[in-house]
Amino acid sequence: MAHEHKLEIFRGLVKFKSNIQKIWGVLIFLSIVTAIEVGLGIVKPEVLTKNYFLGMKLLNWIFIILTLVKAYYIAWDFMHLRDEKSSLRRAVVWTPIFLVSYLIFILLFEADYIYNVFKDSFLAWNF
Amino acid sequence: MDTTVTTGSDENVWGGGNQPLNASYGKMMMWFFIVSDALTFSGFLVAYGFSRFKFIETWPIADEVFTHVPFFHGNYPMYYVAFMTFILIMSSVTMVLAVDAGHKMKQNKVIFYMFLTIIGGAIFVGSQAWEWATFIKGDFGALETKGGRILQFVNAETGERAALADFSKTLPEDRTKHQSYNGIWYQGEGYQTSYSLNEVIEGFKANPNILIRTELISEEGEKTLLSRKESLAKLKDATMVVEGANLIRNEYGSRLFADFFFFITGFHGFHVFSGVVINVIIFFNVILGTYERRGHYEMVEKVGLYWHFVDLVWVFVFTFFYLV
Repeated sequence: MAHEHKLEIFRGLVKFKSNIQKIWGVLIFLSIVTAIEVGLGIVKPEVLTKNYFLGMKLLNWIFIILTLVKAYYIAWDFMHLRDEKSSLRRAVVWTPIFLVSYLIFILLFEADYIYNVFKDSFLAWNF
Repeated sequence: MDTTVTTGSDENVWGGGNQPLNASYGKMMMWFFIVSDALTFSGFLVAYGFSRFKFIETWPIADEVFTHVPFFHGNYPMYYVAFMTFILIMSSVTMVLAVDAGHKMKQNKVIFYMFLTIIGGAIFVGSQAWEWATFIKGDFGALETKGGRILQFVNAETGERAALADFSKTLPEDRTKHQSYNGIWYQGEGYQTSYSLNEVIEGFKANPNILIRTELISEEGEKTLLSRKESLAKLKDATMVVEGANLIRNEYGSRLFADFFFFITGFHGFHVFSGVVINVIIFFNVILGTYERRGHYEMVEKVGLYWHFVDLVWVFVFTFFYLV
């Protein structure tokens, strides 16, 4: 069970002396990200709620991207995928990413279609 | 030492001495489970997205639903959920520390960190139970229309939400709850609200400073507020009083919102609960010295993977239920 730990995060920008230090470092990073999310959720700056990208508010894009960032560090450092063989890492990570992207694409498009049916067709539901 | 080639007859690739992807059988199976469970959760969350996109203009605003913090009165959107997130991440950290101590064969440290992890998990499950109780109890009360839409009330002077108790009249009605034993056996009333529809309507007519708020979200991202005249006209559509939430109807808005809330956070809470149970089992194994005798603490690492996965799922639930 001799485990080698890779102690660099942010692509080598920050390098920790020991695995324990790295864990605390990642905790601080995750807490900061969560604090930013909650802060933005409470303040809701108008610049971010008024502007849209691909039909979604910029604020929501920021939330989703920050969530993926958090997910990356939980998987890479807490679940120590960083220390696993790259083949295991790829099998674990890309399988759900592929399947879930497809599911998101197909269901959200369908939902948007139904939204338009509810909105434009001769169908009353909001009464 | 990935490049080492073993030539012994028991140690070759087909002889059983080989570990594919350098992960032991148990760890590999845990990863199998995690990937399939991740797909299950994705299915639930995407289904939530489906329903939300379907009713994108009328979906409840999470900030207005989850506004409570235990022991405090007032409007504190999201603070408590943020606290819960922090607790779960923190218990993930103590879990990594336990795994790390296990690699170094430090039994007492593993015990200590496993203990902290279990406490963190228990706090989280307790918080979620509290969150559910608050959600089910409801806070302001609302009316439901013929079409199953929700009408909420706002005080025109302050702009704050108005509770049914703030304006409803108490009329001399004595409506008793219909129990299944004193009528047709298959007909019973689930729950009786604190005010009847008539009392709310009369109270609304008597208080000119109360307005109705519909589910529709305006351009500004807020629920539409009707004028007094529109409110009185809208009031005619109301068919029943709704207080709190259940699987059939809820006072917060779209019925699906409560269904998905119960289902997704419930399924996640069940994962946390079973994670705590598994952690407790491993915790006692560590105390008994099972892994000391076995020579390695890989079992702690495996339950650790599960525990981090539960944390990972919460990060997504937090975003899609409370933030977006």
